[in-house]
Amino acid sequence: MNNRRSRFLSIMLISGLTFLYVPMILLVIYSFNYSKLVPVWGGWSTRWYYVLFESQDVWDAVSLSLKIALINATFATILGTLAGLAMVRFGRFRGRTLFGGMLVAPLVMPEVITGLSLLVFFISFKQLIGWPAERGFTTITIAHITFSLAYVTVIIQARLTGMGQSLEEAAADLGAKPFKVLTAITLPRLAPGMVSGWLLAFTLSLDDLVIASFVTGPGANTLPILIFSRIRLGLRPDINALATIIILFVAVCVAIAALIMFRQQRREEMDQQIAAREG
Amino acid sequence: MSMETLPKQSGLIPDGIVSRILRQLQSGWRSIVIAVPFVWLFLFFLAPFFIVAKISLAELAISSPPFSKMIEWTDGTIMTIRVVFDNFAYIFDDPLYARTYINSLKISIISTFFCLLIGYPMAYGIVRSGPVAKRLLLFSIILPFWTSFLLRVYAWMGLLADQGTINGFLISMGIIDEPIRMLYTEFAVYIGIVYTYLPFMILPLYANMEKLDATLNEAAADLGSGPINTFFKITLPLTMPGIIAGSLLVFIPATGEYVIPDLLGGGNVQMIGRLLYNEFARNIDWPVACAVAIVLLMLLVLPMAIYQHYQGKASEGVTGE
Repeated sequence: MNNRRSRFLSIMLISGLTFLYVPMILLVIYSFNYSKLVPVWGGWSTRWYYVLFESQDVWDAVSLSLKIALINATFATILGTLAGLAMVRFGRFRGRTLFGGMLVAPLVMPEVITGLSLLVFFISFKQLIGWPAERGFTTITIAHITFSLAYVTVIIQARLTGMGQSLEEAAADLGAKPFKVLTAITLPRLAPGMVSGWLLAFTLSLDDLVIASFVTGPGANTLPILIFSRIRLGLRPDINALATIIILFVAVCVAIAALIMFRQQRREEMDQQIAAREG
Repeated sequence: MSMETLPKQSGLIPDGIVSRILRQLQSGWRSIVIAVPFVWLFLFFLAPFFIVAKISLAELAISSPPFSKMIEWTDGTIMTIRVVFDNFAYIFDDPLYARTYINSLKISIISTFFCLLIGYPMAYGIVRSGPVAKRLLLFSIILPFWTSFLLRVYAWMGLLADQGTINGFLISMGIIDEPIRMLYTEFAVYIGIVYTYLPFMILPLYANMEKLDATLNEAAADLGSGPINTFFKITLPLTMPGIIAGSLLVFIPATGEYVIPDLLGGGNVQMIGRLLYNEFARNIDWPVACAVAIVLLMLLVLPMAIYQHYQGKASEGVTGE
């Protein structure tokens, strides 16, 4: 069959990708602009990077955001893996529909609703039991875990269904107990999915503005909160410099994750070929 | 199911007891796996909605938190429940809210349509590419989705500003003399939504198209159907699940969008997410903010249920139950 792209599809792909990438490329180029006015070109310079590195509040925001993102990613991966196992491997159980609904809803729920509801929840709980005493690091982390775990679950579910169950069944037939099957076979095979889930949760947390703005307290500024408060007033060259660093960092992380996934896929394809030859 | 196929025991202990003990261990282990994320989501995702619903039925009060209690105890024995619908009446009476809801729906429907218009041929183009190109193209669609949402919106502020890149380019080319006002208009909000949500449209469409049976197109061509006819009779109907999933994945969050109307629309474009945030942050009227959230949720419950139905169908299909 004719499996080639038609000219129309190629043109759409090229213009679509141009649309996606040109704004970001310009953002990066203008971060090296000497001029204080972002869109007016004043020659190449790295002065805004120095300005950025010298401002203490940026460093504070970066360290708070990284701390939240690390803890969030770890907990969301654990919870998301459990949820994925429950949804894919446990068949029907009581409350499965509600559980599935609660796992899908955070993916599409408008952020303002999630943020507002978590804030009123934290405030009501503080009145009831005195916890959380103050809003900031803890409340943002809890909020992030809640929506990140839904994304991790999607990845884990896809990986689990893609893996199939034949190896687990073989191990069980050979006498391995369910827990042994889980630790010796399922989890190691699930590892690439857990790595990409962890990375996704990490970047989602670094990226979140709206929910963090709702549940944060005085003084606890994450990086997006800081960026937002600055760019609301207009374009700022130091934010362009910050954006460049973030974009490069994310691009490198995503490339590594893609490479890990690609390698794993290849290894499995080879394993299957060997198995097919020997069988 | 592998979990049901227990190892066959032979030896001193009768089969029945061993398998019963194993099954019990196994069911206890299973319940922990289910319970931990379930309890988390119940506590931090579902319960908060009930609190929002409760506050939306309260009155504004000068206290901390600033709303009246729903249940009050007099002398510790008499319970009074106070429920007021004033907040909802207020939202429905004030034309500002109705206009803002309608405007949000309009903006997100039109943006979803443009995402589909751009995303559909892109997804189809990826499916029709060779294996290496396919991997690279998918990667380049996913990459912007991973980079900061806020910064992608910020990038458009630089492009659309009065002294921005686009106006500067047009003026230097001699096409226009005066800068065109683009930033802080509805047009900018459309651009922002289409730009940031495009990957959400492409990925479900791609996943759906990837499963299409190419031989159907061949068969149609053999029977004398032209490419346009084949597209409308075969490809389009078969990719409907992808279209619905992608559209809802754009439409639902876009309706409640806060950052894009705030940064690209300025004060000139009112959307419900922005109104809700301001109601909350500036006016500190919690009961009305909660009622606004409940009405927004009501508007989106049906699209969300449809989305979950499509998601559920896809995942149930592969668990093979």
